[in-house]
Parts: sequence; structure tokens; C-alpha cells
Amino acid sequence: MSTKQEWLAKVYNRGKERPVRFSTLSDMEVEPLYTPEDVKGDYASALGHPGEYPYTRGVYESMYRGRLWTMRQFAGFGLAEDTNERFRFLLAQGQDGLSTAFDMPTLMGYDADHERSMGEVGREGVNVTSIHDVGRLFDQIPMGKVSTSMTVNCSASALLAMYLVQAERTGVPWEQVSGTIQNDMLKEFTAQKEWICPPAPSLRIVTDMVEFCAKKAPRFHPVSISGYHIREAGSTAVQELAFTIADGLCYVQDAVSRGIDVDDFAPRLSFFWDLHSDFLEEIAKLRAGRRMWARYLKERFGAKNPRSMMLRTHAQTAGVSLTAQQPMNNIVRVAIQALAGVLGGVQSLHTNSMDETLALPTEQSVMVALRTQQIIAEETGVTNTIDPLGGSYAIEALTDRMEREATEYINKIDELGGMLKAIEVGYPQREIAEAAFLYQRQLEQGVKTVVGVNKYSIPEEIPIEVLKIDPAMEERQIQRVRKMKRERNSTALKEALKRVAEACRSGENLMEPICEAVRRDATVGEISDIYRAEFGVYKDPGWI
Amino acid sequence: MAEKRLRILVAKPGLDGHDRGAKIIARALRDGGFEVIYTGLHQTPEMIAEAAVQEDVDAVGLSILSGAHMTLFPEVIRLLTERGAGDVAVFGGGIIPDEDSAKLKTLGVRQVFTPGASTEDIVKWVGENVQPRD
Repeated sequence: MSTKQEWLAKVYNRGKERPVRFSTLSDMEVEPLYTPEDVKGDYASALGHPGEYPYTRGVYESMYRGRLWTMRQFAGFGLAEDTNERFRFLLAQGQDGLSTAFDMPTLMGYDADHERSMGEVGREGVNVTSIHDVGRLFDQIPMGKVSTSMTVNCSASALLAMYLVQAERTGVPWEQVSGTIQNDMLKEFTAQKEWICPPAPSLRIVTDMVEFCAKKAPRFHPVSISGYHIREAGSTAVQELAFTIADGLCYVQDAVSRGIDVDDFAPRLSFFWDLHSDFLEEIAKLRAGRRMWARYLKERFGAKNPRSMMLRTHAQTAGVSLTAQQPMNNIVRVAIQALAGVLGGVQSLHTNSMDETLALPTEQSVMVALRTQQIIAEETGVTNTIDPLGGSYAIEALTDRMEREATEYINKIDELGGMLKAIEVGYPQREIAEAAFLYQRQLEQGVKTVVGVNKYSIPEEIPIEVLKIDPAMEERQIQRVRKMKRERNSTALKEALKRVAEACRSGENLMEPICEAVRRDATVGEISDIYRAEFGVYKDPGWI
Repeated sequence: MAEKRLRILVAKPGLDGHDRGAKIIARALRDGGFEVIYTGLHQTPEMIAEAAVQEDVDAVGLSILSGAHMTLFPEVIRLLTERGAGDVAVFGGGIIPDEDSAKLKTLGVRQVFTPGASTEDIVKWVGENVQPRD
């Protein structure tokens, strides 16, 4: 038998090759063939069995044979009552966890009645101004049984407090509350861009929540370290992998520096990846991520509990890959991306709806998206055996390569003094903007194809039905918030808010004072205003 | 007389952080030979109108993906007019349904680009449709 090089020279080169660039979506060149020569490292140290270090093949011993992934559709719009209705519809359709989308005012720390909220209340997600909205949102949903994910970051401390206090009011003790709060501020500065105060105090608030949950709400995941937004902002797959792991290392380092034992909080850190359209690249990314996290936690932080080393993850299909043109094609994209997630061993999954480039999804399109997961789980047979692509020469070679290239980025970030410092000098921000620009150029030059957009387009688009949000809803919420503010006990509230401000200054953990403030009807905006006053406001440097 | 380079303000109003498009457009316009000022995120209509006047621009390009376009575009135009800069060409892009786009044009928005528009089209449109002020 010939070597790979000989085969390439003598056999492959005799054949035809289409005049296209053979590269991944992130423009990583792909070879015509991978062979045993491309797969370095021995099985035990590079892969290991599922449930065994370094977890390349999966974090759990029986993976989907033991338990399918959690099908968790992200939902939220309008008033809390509207979203509560969608939540109960999703639970009735067989979904097993909730995931809350908040509107921009809630996400940025402004109350519904603030002037900056004008036109945005309830539009991209549900509005939550006070604990009363949290009560409406989870009405008739057992908070001790259903796990809830809340996608919120710079105002996350207020939302976590409201969620826990609402659970307490319905008789569910904090120890029983399970769920996840995204609370990944580092990626906000590089990708999603929701912030209140500068990076350093933002990190301090995150670490307060990590510490608080470890002690008081041990089943709650206090941070979901997110690559999703980094990728959506235009990064490559390698950058998504590198910057996300680097963000995670920064959180671990910050908590460890406070004297918290790594094994006391690392088991509750979780991840959130994007699932884009390049099938093999995505599977390789998910597998490389698990191996890298396990090695860093063990080698850099000396974790002893295997659960600290396990990268457990939620994933979502790539919103940015959906097209407004020929939107039905999105159903196919989502199915393929979701399959990559499952073959990559994710623990929880959101599948996008076909109409999401146009508006929030209709009930009909959400159902197709959820059914896509159910078809993968129960019809395709891919759940029968664990990590079925493990050992594929191409997959293993790509997994190794992604780990190698992501590690180079992390080394560079370490040289800059860690992710906080790297963000302060704009390093990841510029890398992502550069990648986004290069991709756009390749798209316009036709080097990359998006079906229905730069190829196979049709002159007349077929309109699809989209969800409309009633604009009168904003006024209703504003009136309701104003009434609540008039009727609450303002003396007790002022006292409680003062304690939050004092904790900002003294360094005391912020969460207990914030819980006390939300019990007195403090709003998301009022708590955020304290951060603005105490820590200052971060302004976008606007790097292009 | 040497032709004056057009000055364009690329602005990102609203609370959302979707700046991928705005940054790509800003860079493409700059590469296309225009002078570009990018406001950064989270701008109010007042901040945008103020920046447009301060920077003495010929056009303002708004990038809106939050669904608040029907409020934000007319407000920016109103504030520009109030500041004696009603002749600044306002154009924009984002997730904007066709019916809204038609309505925005009757309200004085010069052009609306939707998903799938190429940077080349946008650079070309600016070159052909934006006139230097005075």
C-alpha cells in the first residue's frame, strides 16, 4: 500500500477536481483524504471512553442511551402572561425544560417605563421589570420540577434574585431550584454587547453569583459560558472555541483567586455552543472543546472532582445561517445543524424556527423546530451508539487541529494577561470583526455559497405568515409598572437599595442584598442604576 | 477643484448589540473611499442627530435589527430637521419587512437595505445617490 503522500501524487491527482475552494465554513482548508497517518495520539489519552477523562467521546457513560438531551426551546415575547402561555404550550408538546428570552430593556437593565425602552418593550422577548412579572411568567409552572434557563447577562443578578425569591414564595426552597442563568459577561464585551458597567466590575458581579450559588442554590448553574454569540458575531469556529474556553478559564481563575475551591463550583459551570452549517467542523469543535476543558481544569487548576472537568453544554442552531429568502430552506439547515449537535454529544438543544430572520417565531414554526429534534432522537437511530463518528480519520484529524489552533489563541490571550485584559485592549473584538468581514467578502465573491441568497435565488419570494406583537402591550406594561411603583413601601425599598450600593463598595457578596431588595419590589432598572452609579457606565469603543 | 469626499455616519440606535452588519458596512464604505464615522452601539436618536451635526456628515446610515425601525427612523429624521440638517440623506438596513420599508420611504428614508444586500450594492448606492451638502 502507498503512503498518503504517494497516493495523493500518483492516484488522486489523476482524477478530476472541481474548481472550488475545499475549505470549511470558517475557511479552514480540508484535505482530500484523511488516513491513519493523520491521527496522532493514542486512544486512551486523546479520546478515552465516554464518561472517562478527557471526555472527548462524551461526558456521560451511557450518553443518549441513558437519557436523551434536553429539548429546550428559547421563548419569550410581549407581557409575562403571553410568554407563560407559550411556555405551557411547549411543555404540553413534550418539551422538558424552559428557556426564557427577555426583551432588550430587561437585558440592558432598564424598566419598561424608562425612556430608553420606548418601542422595545416585549418586542424581542418578554419584559420583566419586577418580581411580579416573574410571578406571572411562571404561573402554574412547578418551579421545583421544571428547570429553567434564563438568557440574561448584565442584569442577571437581579433576575436570579427574582427567580429565587419567587420560588421561595411558592414554597420551593433554593436548594431544590435548578436552572441556568447565562451570566457570561466576558462574551458580552466581545460579541453580544449587552453591558452596564466596565469589564472588571462586571466580572466581579459574575463571580459573586458563582460564589452565592455554590453556597445557597447548589443546583443552579450560575454561568453558561457561551460561544454562541461569539460565532454569531462573525467569528470562525476556532475563534469560538478558543475565546469561549478562555472566558471559562477567566471565570475559574477569578473564583479560585477568591479562595473558593475549584471543585466547589466548577461542576456547575456549563457551556453554550453555536451549531453552524459546516457539519464536520462543528462536530470536531464540540469534541475538541470537551478535551480542552478537561485538560485545563485538571492541569491548570488541579481539579480533582471529575465533574469539574466535564464540559456539559447546551447548543443552538445558528441564527445567522437562517435566510430571509426562501425561508422554508431553513428547516433543512436547522435539521443538519441539530444533527451535528447530537453527533457532537450536546446535553441540551434549541432548534431555530424557519421564520426567525423575519420575526419571533409563530407557534406552527416552533413546533416544526421541536419536531426536528424529536425526529433525530426517535427516528434516525443516531442515539443508539455513543459518539458514532469517533475514530473517523477526518473527524479525529479535525478535532486535533481545532484543539491545536484554539490553544494557540489561548496562549496569546494568556500572554496578554488573560481574557479580561485581552478584552480591555480589544484583541478578541478585532479578531472577530476581521473574520466577519472576510466571510462577507467571500460570500459576495461567491467563494462561499448560501443557497437562495447568492446562488439559486428566485425573483419572487413566497411570503410566509409571521408573528405580530401588539404595540398596545407596551403601554399596558408601562402603566402596570407605574402603578406598582406608586403602591410599594418606598422607605423599605430605599433602605434595601442602600444596602446593595454599600455591598458594591465594600466588596461583600451582592446577592443577599439584591434578594432582599427584590422582596421589597426593587426593579431590574433600579438595581442596574446602582451599578451605573457605583461602577460607572461602559461605552462601546466602536472598533471597526 | 478636487471632489470632496463624502462623509457618512454609520449609526447603531437601540438597545440591542447586533453590530456585525453595521461594522461590516462601515468598513466597506471606508474601503469604498468615503470618510466613515461609526457611532458604536446603544445610541439614542438624539445622540445620532447630534453626532451627524457635529461631524458635518452628508449621510446617516442606520442599522436596526430590533424591530423598532418604525419609531427610530422617523425620530432621527425629525431631530436632524430640528437641527437644520434635514438635507442629510438618511438610509439604513436591517430586518425590515417590505411593507414597513415602503412606508419608511414615504417618511423620508432614502433607501432601505434588507438581508442579502451586498456591501457592493450599498457602496454603489451611496456613491450614486448621496450628494455633498453645500
